[in-house]
Amino acid sequence: MSDLRPDRLAIQARDVKKTYLKGRVQALNGISFEVAAGSIFALLGPNGAGKSTTVKVLTTQTRPDSGSATVAGADVVRQPDKVRRAIGYVSQKPQFDPEATGYENLYLQGRLYGMPRHELAVRVRQLLERFDLAHAASRAARSYSGGMQRKLDVALGLVHRPQVLFLDEPTTGLDPHARADMWQEISRLAREDGLTVLLTTHYLNEADQLADQVAIVDRGVVVVQGTPDELKQELRGDAIHIELAQSDADERLKLTLDKVEGLHEVSVDRASVRARVDHGARAVPSVLAAFETAGLPVASVTISRPSLDDVYLRYAGRPFEEASSTNGGLHTSDTHAVKEVAR
Amino acid sequence: MSPVLVQAGNLTLREIRALVRQPFYIAVTLVQPMIWMLLFGQLFRRVVEIPGFATDSYITFMTPGIIVMTALFGSAWSGMGLITDMDRGVMNRFLVSPTRRAAILTGKLAHLAASLVIQALIVIAVGFALGAEYAGGVAGVLVTIAVAVLLAVGFGSFSNAVALLVRKPESLIGIAQFLVLPMSFLSSTLMARELAPGWIQTAARFNPVDWAVSASRSAMSASPDWNAVLLHTGFLVAFAAALVLLSVQAFRAYHRSV
Repeated sequence: MSDLRPDRLAIQARDVKKTYLKGRVQALNGISFEVAAGSIFALLGPNGAGKSTTVKVLTTQTRPDSGSATVAGADVVRQPDKVRRAIGYVSQKPQFDPEATGYENLYLQGRLYGMPRHELAVRVRQLLERFDLAHAASRAARSYSGGMQRKLDVALGLVHRPQVLFLDEPTTGLDPHARADMWQEISRLAREDGLTVLLTTHYLNEADQLADQVAIVDRGVVVVQGTPDELKQELRGDAIHIELAQSDADERLKLTLDKVEGLHEVSVDRASVRARVDHGARAVPSVLAAFETAGLPVASVTISRPSLDDVYLRYAGRPFEEASSTNGGLHTSDTHAVKEVAR
Repeated sequence: MSPVLVQAGNLTLREIRALVRQPFYIAVTLVQPMIWMLLFGQLFRRVVEIPGFATDSYITFMTPGIIVMTALFGSAWSGMGLITDMDRGVMNRFLVSPTRRAAILTGKLAHLAASLVIQALIVIAVGFALGAEYAGGVAGVLVTIAVAVLLAVGFGSFSNAVALLVRKPESLIGIAQFLVLPMSFLSSTLMARELAPGWIQTAARFNPVDWAVSASRSAMSASPDWNAVLLHTGFLVAFAAALVLLSVQAFRAYHRSV
């Protein structure tokens, strides 16, 4: 972990562009961000926003069309070998060899990085312990449970003691228990091991919980970046969410909402109204009164502290849920995940 | 040791380990050449009686042919391993690490060569039991194994190149199927060259399978024509080298496209 002091940048991406299918699909549209060494950085966005492509560029799997990026001080295009030695990469899809045992998987990985046999054997044992896989070390990885396989994949990215770890959707498809485990492990990697972690996620709460810095990505660019708290503080007051019992009241609704004091950033989507209000709890009576005067039955009112969901709505200009479903390429499990997060 | 060699060695070990854990696969690879020996040995037993057949023991004639066919059939499927690695994400993990593409290809070829050597020794032993004579002695056996390995490296590389370009098991199987039988029969693998039609004799002159069989059969005989053995082995070296280069290019193209 030699030359990465906390004040140095572990990752720097400048105006990276990337198109696929001979320019017909614009995956990255000039993405830029910086990641401080030793921090956890989350790229947050729906499927198809460009998160995975960003990781592919930073891990030297694909070349950007233009722009530049450095990882651990090395240029991803001009010094790919240097970058490869400095990084660990855990992809969205499994990468372990199911025919080999957990031990063999990790041992081979270390040998590919040229680690000396003895040191490697110690390291492999240590990782197996750490990820609670020691009891299954000599079983073929094919027989592992989903959570164990995911842990093995993460361990594979750590064998050679990288400086920067890339986690592409590390908890997609995991059950809540395994997800909590994984979160704990990721925090530990940064806090105790001094690793820089870049993770991509479409779980808003994952970014909120884990990341020091969050960059919200939409349509191939970073729309806003900051700490989860900074992002939430930029939104004034609380979020108020009103569900109407009926949905055919656009005109009356607009007039009604204008009358309520302290309500701003109002957005209406059929029977669902979202707005920001300075003091949520105090505003509820007047909001309810206004709706009643207008003859619009209210089904429910929810007050919440601002969430990253609200931040997303504000900067991407559409609710997270909607962005997820219009970006296409959704798998069943992802749809499920997005719903789970949105509630 | 150089990093590439360490990588290649460990990747070879991985392949061998995976094979050893499949008892059924081992049984089939060991039994198949024996079945061919017994089957073809019986089927063609009397062809040596045809006037013009240079030898009077078909088993002696056939043994080099069976070894070469084993090399051809075994290596034609080599690319399947690469496709499996691609599908499982293992390939991607290797490519994000400092692993050299050359090491990955070497791993695939080295385990192919290792299992081929074992298969060849078994065929030689079975042939001996069935009455084959190896007048060429140890030198003949060594030449046979060498040309079989060269042929396997060539066809294995071809299969790897196809796998890296088509990336679908069905396509690879189709192409392999399309090649192996014609390649076997457009040669003197099972039939004396003198007895084949003229056009097949011509085709055989350009067929690497025939180069291997000819070199092996001559080296195994009582009076080897060392010039011809050397020439055919040289052809095979060039053939293998060309296809290794092709597979390296195909790998580069694959890497660029992911």
